[in-house]
Amino acid sequence: MLGGFLAQLLNGVQYGLLLFLISSGLTLVFGVMGVINLAHGSLFMLGAYLAFAVTGAALPLWLALPLAVAGGAVLGGVLERTLFRRFRTREHLDQVLLTFALILLFEEARAALFGNDFHGVPVPAALDFSVPVFGGFAYSAYRVAVLLGCLGVAALLFWGIERTKLGSAVRAAAEKPEMLQLLGLDAQRLHTLVFAAGTALAMLAGALAAPLYSVFPGMGDGFLIISFVVVVVGGVGSIAGAFWAAMLIGLVDTLGKAYLPGVAGLAVYALMAGVLLWRPAGLFGRA
Amino acid sequence: MSPPVLQCFGLTRRFGGLVAVDDVSLALASGALHAVIGPNGAGKSTLANLLSGELTPTSGTLQLDGESVTGWPAWRMARAGVGRSFQRTNIMRPLSVQENVRLAAQARLTPPTRLWRNAAKEAAPQIAARAALERVGLGAEAARKAGALSHGQQRQLEIAMALATAPRVLLLDEPLAGMGPEESETLAALLRDLARDHAVLLVEHDMDVVFRVADQVTVMVEGRVLLSGTPAVVRGSAAVRDAYLGQAT
Amino acid sequence: MVIASRRGHLLLGGAALVVALLPLVAGAYVLQLVSTALVMALFALSLQLLVGGTGLVSLGQAGFFGLGAYAVYFVQGKGAAASLLLTLPVAALLAGLAALAVGALALRTRGFFFLMTTLAFGQMLYFLIHDAPWAGGADGIFVQRPNFGLFGLDYVPARRDRPAVLLWTNLALLCAAYAGLVVVMRSLFGRMLQGIKENDHRMQALGHNTYAVKLVAFVLAGALAGVAGHQWAMTEAFVNPELLGWHRSAEALLMVLLGGLGALHGPLLGAFAFIGLNELAQLVTERQRLVEGLVILAAVLLLRDGLAGLRWRSRA
Repeated sequence: MLGGFLAQLLNGVQYGLLLFLISSGLTLVFGVMGVINLAHGSLFMLGAYLAFAVTGAALPLWLALPLAVAGGAVLGGVLERTLFRRFRTREHLDQVLLTFALILLFEEARAALFGNDFHGVPVPAALDFSVPVFGGFAYSAYRVAVLLGCLGVAALLFWGIERTKLGSAVRAAAEKPEMLQLLGLDAQRLHTLVFAAGTALAMLAGALAAPLYSVFPGMGDGFLIISFVVVVVGGVGSIAGAFWAAMLIGLVDTLGKAYLPGVAGLAVYALMAGVLLWRPAGLFGRA
Repeated sequence: MSPPVLQCFGLTRRFGGLVAVDDVSLALASGALHAVIGPNGAGKSTLANLLSGELTPTSGTLQLDGESVTGWPAWRMARAGVGRSFQRTNIMRPLSVQENVRLAAQARLTPPTRLWRNAAKEAAPQIAARAALERVGLGAEAARKAGALSHGQQRQLEIAMALATAPRVLLLDEPLAGMGPEESETLAALLRDLARDHAVLLVEHDMDVVFRVADQVTVMVEGRVLLSGTPAVVRGSAAVRDAYLGQAT
Repeated sequence: MVIASRRGHLLLGGAALVVALLPLVAGAYVLQLVSTALVMALFALSLQLLVGGTGLVSLGQAGFFGLGAYAVYFVQGKGAAASLLLTLPVAALLAGLAALAVGALALRTRGFFFLMTTLAFGQMLYFLIHDAPWAGGADGIFVQRPNFGLFGLDYVPARRDRPAVLLWTNLALLCAAYAGLVVVMRSLFGRMLQGIKENDHRMQALGHNTYAVKLVAFVLAGALAGVAGHQWAMTEAFVNPELLGWHRSAEALLMVLLGGLGALHGPLLGAFAFIGLNELAQLVTERQRLVEGLVILAAVLLLRDGLAGLRWRSRA
């Protein structure tokens, strides 16, 4: 019983960390560029299918991780330069429809390349065992690896944003766009960089998640919407907000599904409703 | 002087560590023009926002006709008779000048009764809008698009919109900002005229105008009231000269 | 928002007449297609009240559309057909109540956050129907078409007449909804919506309780989407959770954009264009999504004022 609870707790934390990787990109891109990207979930899906392709070619899964980061950075850079840059000042409706079109095109590409079936992605052999954690209770080593990996990325992200010159530029851009000019920073390059980083994070999350959730059509949708809930709960453009909201939602969703199966699907939305009533600007947002 | 219409006591507003408005008390009476001056960042606009319900005070209270209205949202304050204009022109740019002011006048209707009536057939707001436009001297521009007006005219439109809500209190946040000397002259005359039947709070930078039109002047520095008195008293104060007038000129 | 001129309304009326006379010449397939287009037009029209009318971009409108469709199932269950006079108000009421709950929360946020919040709550409704044991299952369920019963006098159209009767019903409801929205947009309430669209903050400072006004618009739009959903169930005799999914919300936004944000009648044109393009795409390729994606890209990049921007319009 206690062991089972601990496992669910770890699952919740691991799911929350994965959500953080996805939603941090979403909230950064919105905070810095003011762009809403519905196709962010599709980028996550691309990462997962990349992992599927890599393991399908009998290559080790870990190879997919740098590929996802590098591929995401390149893809994100290209998307920003060709499309998103031109839509920064457009209305929300245009941004919504543009990125909805991207979802359709990504899904079509996915269907053309991989078909419409579910595919499992094997856990790497080196991590295909259970770690004894606590009195006779064991936990999947791959999940532990994902958990630690996500934590590492999150730490790197916090360090980058809080401690580097680039990070302070990102924070300045999110809080006061006109500050960039004063600081003599190149806003366009910063946008490309932030978008590329957001894309890389989403694809990395997808590659890490592939063995846990398998890969299937439209898999990005569910993650996209939960990421939106994370951003709403956490507050605008706040990385710390995204982190704690992601953890909270990861835990609420996982524990809800485990212990209250009847209402679990609604638990995270009820949480969002509560936050909107209590603090409409989000837990970490400025009122 | 008539009794105060809008009054605040110990009004304070903090933003994080910054105290933008610190323990400010003042009273606005009908028929009087009360000017608030002070250097940039003295908290004048924040004070206007607190009085109009745009911001809620961290502490302190607000009274309208002796009743507490602390914490009322802006729309409720406006409906209770507190009209305002903004420092940065704040209008419905794509709509016509007439429609901008008509929407202001419409806020005065009791909605549920006539909400679904054709707006074009509802005469009262149209007439009120017309009158407000005439009063600020924009009568000839009614049909133009608000965004197409000159800067000075947009400032006048701001005031017309505030007027059309039939307020008893007018909070005017730097209505003269960016106006030419001739336009300023006209507007100063209008301010005097408005002060005859309204309680007016004027936040303003232009000292000449302030000392000419104000009945009472409050000097704010770093969120606090440095001095409050008649223009003659304020002009003669050494403290004010040191804190503000000296450094401004 | 622009309302069509007298001449524009004559043209719209003429188009409605042409649609009404279609059963004289067209076969069942075409009638069914046009019926669907009329339902989608009604759905997109409900969204236009928010997007074009109030400046609120909602991505949860399909949730209310789907609830309206499911109202037919909730009233009838697996049993016999009920009267339209019962199911239609229930659909509008159910969708309107859901919109009241969602709107009351979502309208506490603005812009981008409003969009995300409506999307999330829309998906919540989707999951609710998808997972609930009382909602007919994840794969959807067949329903009886509501009939035209009035105090025991039931009119059930003969199978042969059914496509025509459905088309006329959908057309009548669309015309009524459009006329109703013309009245709304011209009213004092409509003027408030327009002011809020241009400058919500200023409207508050003038003494308008914009939150309440927006909530009324949101509920009206939700109820109207419910009516559209009801007509979908009546036309297709089938409901499934996908009706509530957010892709459908996005498609409704696309119809609004295709038709033009600036005009009340835009979504009518947009819906017919969307259904027409879909039909064409089906003839040409199996890759529907590719076509739809490219059409959206073209529309967003090229068609700034929508189809309604092309001609005959006047200010309200």
